Amino acid sequence: MKENPTLHTKSPVSQLNRGLIYQGGALMLSLLFVAVIILLTGESPLHVVSALVDGAFGTPDQFARVFATLTPLVLCASGLIYTFTAGLYNLGVEGQIVIGAIASTLAIRVLQGQLPPPLVIAVSILAGTLGGVLWGLLAGALKVYGNISEIFAGLGLNFVAQGLAIYLIFGPWKRPGIASMSGTEPFDDAFALGRFGQTDAAPVALAIAVIVLVATIVIMRNTHFGLRLKAVGQNPRAAFILGMPSTRLLLSSFLVCGAFAGMAGSLQVVGLFHRLIPSISSNLGFLALLVVMLISFNAVWIAPVAFFFSALNVGSLQLPMALRMESSLSGVIQGMLVLFALLARGFSERNRKTRS
Amino acid sequence: MDLSQLVIILATAIATATPLVFAAIGETITERAGVINLSTEGTILLSAMTGFAAARAANNVLVGFAAAAIVGALVSLIVAFGAITLKQSQIAIGFVLALLCADLSSFLGNPIVLVPGPTVPSMPIPLLQDIPVLGRLFFQSDLLVYASYLLIAVTWVFFYRTRPGLLLRSIGEQPAAAFARGNNVIRMRYLYTLIGGALLGIAGAAFSLDFKAGWSNRATAGYGWIALAIVIFGGWNPLRAAVGAYFFGVLQSLASVAQSSIQSVPTQVFSVAPFVLMILVLVLTSGQWLDNLLSRLPVEVRRPILRAIRAPAPAALGKVFEQD
Repeated sequence: MKENPTLHTKSPVSQLNRGLIYQGGALMLSLLFVAVIILLTGESPLHVVSALVDGAFGTPDQFARVFATLTPLVLCASGLIYTFTAGLYNLGVEGQIVIGAIASTLAIRVLQGQLPPPLVIAVSILAGTLGGVLWGLLAGALKVYGNISEIFAGLGLNFVAQGLAIYLIFGPWKRPGIASMSGTEPFDDAFALGRFGQTDAAPVALAIAVIVLVATIVIMRNTHFGLRLKAVGQNPRAAFILGMPSTRLLLSSFLVCGAFAGMAGSLQVVGLFHRLIPSISSNLGFLALLVVMLISFNAVWIAPVAFFFSALNVGSLQLPMALRMESSLSGVIQGMLVLFALLARGFSERNRKTRS
Repeated sequence: MDLSQLVIILATAIATATPLVFAAIGETITERAGVINLSTEGTILLSAMTGFAAARAANNVLVGFAAAAIVGALVSLIVAFGAITLKQSQIAIGFVLALLCADLSSFLGNPIVLVPGPTVPSMPIPLLQDIPVLGRLFFQSDLLVYASYLLIAVTWVFFYRTRPGLLLRSIGEQPAAAFARGNNVIRMRYLYTLIGGALLGIAGAAFSLDFKAGWSNRATAGYGWIALAIVIFGGWNPLRAAVGAYFFGVLQSLASVAQSSIQSVPTQVFSVAPFVLMILVLVLTSGQWLDNLLSRLPVEVRRPILRAIRAPAPAALGKVFEQD
């Protein structure tokens, strides 16, 4: 059941070029497919592109929303770099976001009125991070000690986390009066991170994401830890024989990913929604998995791809009003890009093998 | 709770579980051949949408089921091609397709949200339907439900009582050995992935043409992921998978009854149960600790206990097979 994602390996220039040609072809093909799908609905692809651009960048509010989406996406994608490098499919990242958000909400509920608000926010983010760590380590422990595939454990734990959030929103934490899908009672403004003007973007949250991203790039490139994770991911048996503490390395990759995802969940609470809502993760954990699959686990590319994906998500919200079209088009475009990129990688490897 | 109430709960449970039975058995067949089709959630949604659209256009339920099965098989063909021929990660391709097909179903299905359409007609069986309790439970359903009972039995017999079934299990356990005996492992893996995909498609149509009778965005409420959990819960055995599906149906049915009396907790909370059970089953069956625990018992006692509890995954599940 265990399989290793192919890691980004250095290859001679000619092979790199061929890889680029395949990736370019994949990009064109996926866009062509999307265009055909849009034509099927009787709309012009060019209209859709302009509506998307307008939806993402038309007003300062919308532009700020792109950054608000980018923050959790970058955090989760950075975390997933560690687990993918260690050869793990951490599909539990969604649940790690949700538990982070729950822990963060819990901290505010307990501490509000007891400590000065800025301190409450800091403790809340810390609590969210720890919550994510807990949920990540749970999947990790099941994997390492119970020999349970992290894929199914992660998927299962996602639903458990989601169920817990819904239970809290409708049960113990329900709004005075009537509980509803709109979430818990919003916190006082004092417990919200500051924002750019009246927009959705919180500069502190964005700064945290940038720091995490840069740290991830440096750690994967320049540290012993990054190198060891790669060794475990490429060949766990060899790494074990060479005396690497593979159990500890695998667990720490879950820990780091859980921490960043938990942080993302916490920032969704203190930076964006100011309460716990059922769809607190907004499926950004799954989207982060797509981002990292598209860039072959190379952290340098997180920023541009995550920005593009965020712009698509925000831009597509305009589609129902502008063109009476479903906003899930963004997911169709993102999925097509990743699907064709994966297939192109397969073709490229197959071709290389037949030539040699 | 009196008898009539119990009968209603169980009848609802069977109706709830029927799409899940098709999905879980389809995925069991695919995984027994050594391939994980992780796209279940997306496949079911996309085929539910296309099945409903096709049935509505042709005003014929059968056309809808055929279209849904074809869509399911086509999606699984992408999984098979990417995973078997191109030797890419089955997990990555299946996962991308799960998200992509789900979004595609919402996008393309937008014009047919909540419009009326044809549904599977109910077909009580004469005489048998008049049996008290049992008649109401088992003989007042529709053709689809009867077909699901047949599917469970046929799959079980095929798996454990026929040679091709033995071969199917062998390509999931020891593909190299099956290949050495002259079987085309790759072709068979394609075949069973497509069959499993078609059954996922039928599960989708069972949703939109029978159980929910119509289409709305994300209508399947995570049934695809639940089916994946039930395959594991069922230990890759069609009979046990079906038991898992009905167990889930009973839970859901009880939940909706409970909700009318305690309104504070929504039914979604109860959807967590299959996943908790899946993890527990995995903990029970994957680790070494059960062996250690039972090692004090004499072999004659230990072996049947282990055989009853243990249901290991097919040994070659998710692994690339190099045939050439």
